[in-house]
Amino acid sequence: MLIAITFYLMAFTAVAAAFMVVASRNPVHSVMYLILTFFSAAGLFILMGAEFIALLLVMVYVGAVAVLFLFVVMMLDVDFVELKQGFLQYIGIGATVALILLAEMIMVGAVYFTGESKTVVPTDPNTTNLEAFGQVLYTDYAGAFEAAGLILLVALIGAVVLTLRERKGVRTQNAAKQMSRTREDGVELIDIEPGQGLG
Amino acid sequence: MRTSLSLPIFVCEFMTNFLIGYLPVVILFGIALVLSLLFLLVPAVIAPKDPDFEKVSTYECGFNAFDDSRMKFDVRFYLVAILFIIFDIEVAFLFPYAVSLESMTWGAWLIVMIFLAELAAGLAYAWKIGALDWE
Repeated sequence: MLIAITFYLMAFTAVAAAFMVVASRNPVHSVMYLILTFFSAAGLFILMGAEFIALLLVMVYVGAVAVLFLFVVMMLDVDFVELKQGFLQYIGIGATVALILLAEMIMVGAVYFTGESKTVVPTDPNTTNLEAFGQVLYTDYAGAFEAAGLILLVALIGAVVLTLRERKGVRTQNAAKQMSRTREDGVELIDIEPGQGLG
Repeated sequence: MRTSLSLPIFVCEFMTNFLIGYLPVVILFGIALVLSLLFLLVPAVIAPKDPDFEKVSTYECGFNAFDDSRMKFDVRFYLVAILFIIFDIEVAFLFPYAVSLESMTWGAWLIVMIFLAELAAGLAYAWKIGALDWE
């Protein structure tokens, strides 16, 4: 009973917030609703017993991705009225993506109803989520794990290549040079005669 | 409901115990909710309000705002944020490794080391090219 109530509460919040992401006029509000969606999804994961995924969702999506989104939306020099005017221009590609997503969701749902459904509840109640992950992630799913590492590497290099520009005429701190300075080449003591000054 | 109905009884019992373990978190959320609502509601009731046009208008340290708050930002801020996300996810992949290290085979350990080497190569690249330097 408790589980059912919590499930419906979380699910309703998730769907309503996801709808508001699309429907709200202010992009900042959209991102706020997106954060609410992430939180509800994390709650659903906890309800399924997948604590690690839930906390990861909060940590990565709410802690990093949503903040980056907010940063872009709040700070970027974008005229939102102008942005909305080009909306219909992208309806073709947008509809294609939406249809593909819909088809994928239907396929996932079909597997749930027809095939064997797998639960994320750990088979052994004494193992925590994290241990269960550790048992399979680095052995059975080693290929996917390494692929994830490579994707992260590509993302890192891509971000650096796209955003890094050479800056001319900036004085960069050279730590090695700074540390290797000695008293001999850094300080010079000059004995100045009274009333004469230097040079 | 569907999930709990389709599961066997012992899983249901396990889930209930498991969720009761989250009671402290729920209490914490409750306290946070009450506190933040108090911060919103109490000033609305007891704070004196006497707004006029000058008082509520935007100002920038004593003078009128020059500009819209949306402005062009240096792209390096995003670079820092993206690099942060990437290494954040890397750390997330290492949590299971940290708890299951004792029961791990050498093969699994090697897999983790290769993963770390991939990202270390990325870090070395970013460092070498100067993406981590500000000026």
